[in-house]
Amino acid sequence: MKKCIDRIYNGIIRENPTFVLMLGMCPTLATTTSARNGLGMGLTTMAVLVFSNLIISLLRNIIPDRVRIPAYIVIVASLVTVVQLLLQAYMRSLNDALGIFIPLIVVNCIILGRAEAYAAKNGPLESAFDGIGMGLGFSLALMCIGMVRELLGSGSVFGYTIIPEEYNISIFTMAPGAFFVLAGLTALQNKLKLPSATNNGDNGSVLACGGDCMNCSGSACIANHAMIETRRLQAEEDALAAKQKELAARQEALSGKLDRKDE
Amino acid sequence: MDTFKSLLLIIISSALVNNIILSQFQGLCPFLGVSKKTDTAVGMGVAVIFVITLSSFVTSLIYRFILKPNGLDYLKTIAFILIIAALVQFVEMFLKKNIPTLYQALGVFLPLITTNCAVLGAALTNVESGYGILQSVFNGLGTAVGFTIAIVLLSSIRESIEDNDIPRNFKGSPIVLITSGLMAIAFMGFSGMIS
Repeated sequence: MKKCIDRIYNGIIRENPTFVLMLGMCPTLATTTSARNGLGMGLTTMAVLVFSNLIISLLRNIIPDRVRIPAYIVIVASLVTVVQLLLQAYMRSLNDALGIFIPLIVVNCIILGRAEAYAAKNGPLESAFDGIGMGLGFSLALMCIGMVRELLGSGSVFGYTIIPEEYNISIFTMAPGAFFVLAGLTALQNKLKLPSATNNGDNGSVLACGGDCMNCSGSACIANHAMIETRRLQAEEDALAAKQKELAARQEALSGKLDRKDE
Repeated sequence: MDTFKSLLLIIISSALVNNIILSQFQGLCPFLGVSKKTDTAVGMGVAVIFVITLSSFVTSLIYRFILKPNGLDYLKTIAFILIIAALVQFVEMFLKKNIPTLYQALGVFLPLITTNCAVLGAALTNVESGYGILQSVFNGLGTAVGFTIAIVLLSSIRESIEDNDIPRNFKGSPIVLITSGLMAIAFMGFSGMIS
């Protein structure tokens, strides 16, 4: 039980998917025009995440290692379809507000990332709680961003008007506002030196994706891992060659010294 | 003439008015991640144009002739993501074997594209807007061109502001996000161009 509570704490605070890991930026920016939409998107993602973690964890010994990514994608896509049909049937307004971002939950890196990083290695109960924790963290983060944007852009929180209309900065509910709010947030994290994927600086990676393998999922990392591996081997070989050269040079110098001594 | 005009309108509206990144928020990860240098941004853009146009064609073909007639409409998310993943793998293998020069230029970017939501988003938008096969291909092309315009512009801006005096806390990703926000404001100027 302690482990389950720890998973929830981990998802909300320690490894918050939005604020700390910076995963799933597309829905974060697109669906947070109001607090209600942000919360709706977060809870929809959470529903998919809990069940995908549970199912993948149950099947983790059956799925062959080589086809695991396609298998995960099929599981997640089926769950997303189920959730989408449920939303269409019972929550029409939320479905219309989120639009294309419901089917796009399939390619949300949080879900595949958790499947690969946690559910594939742990038991079903912990995995389900990991999904709940991560989902809650994502929902809370989206709700907070949505609240800020709604308050600045349309002067209300959850639909209750707080600031009169003439003081609204309507750009915050439009597309550019999303970028500005997120920029402010990351700048604040830099200022306070909070743990975040954005403030560990420039890691100087030469990989196309920025080399952020820890927060990456999907097939990108497979190709890049191969590249890293070849680079590492190359570097090792180079180091070995350099060492041998140095050794040879030293030997030569030593034999030269001996020669001189002989003379 | 009329079809030509409507296709041109589709391209302009998907590339500029409803720019996939700056107004639809799809494909942000490569937009922020691969925009450090202009040449990698161009490479990514070309790879995205290639994959989105091809996948728009294949997905609309499959939707029209397999899913729709059999009443399997609800399977489109699953079908499309698998088609896209398989297609990207196939393209990668084909390029590696037959056109090595092109593979060297685009190879690194291809695996990144599978998990890019812009590709799936374009395929789903085609279906939801009720586009035919030709219209889907042109919509895909326009979407991808819009992506390339945005990422190349951002990378050029990033290259030229690299040595600027940026407030310490805004160094790194915050300034990139602010740049994108300003670009999004600029792109809002295109809305209303097509009524």
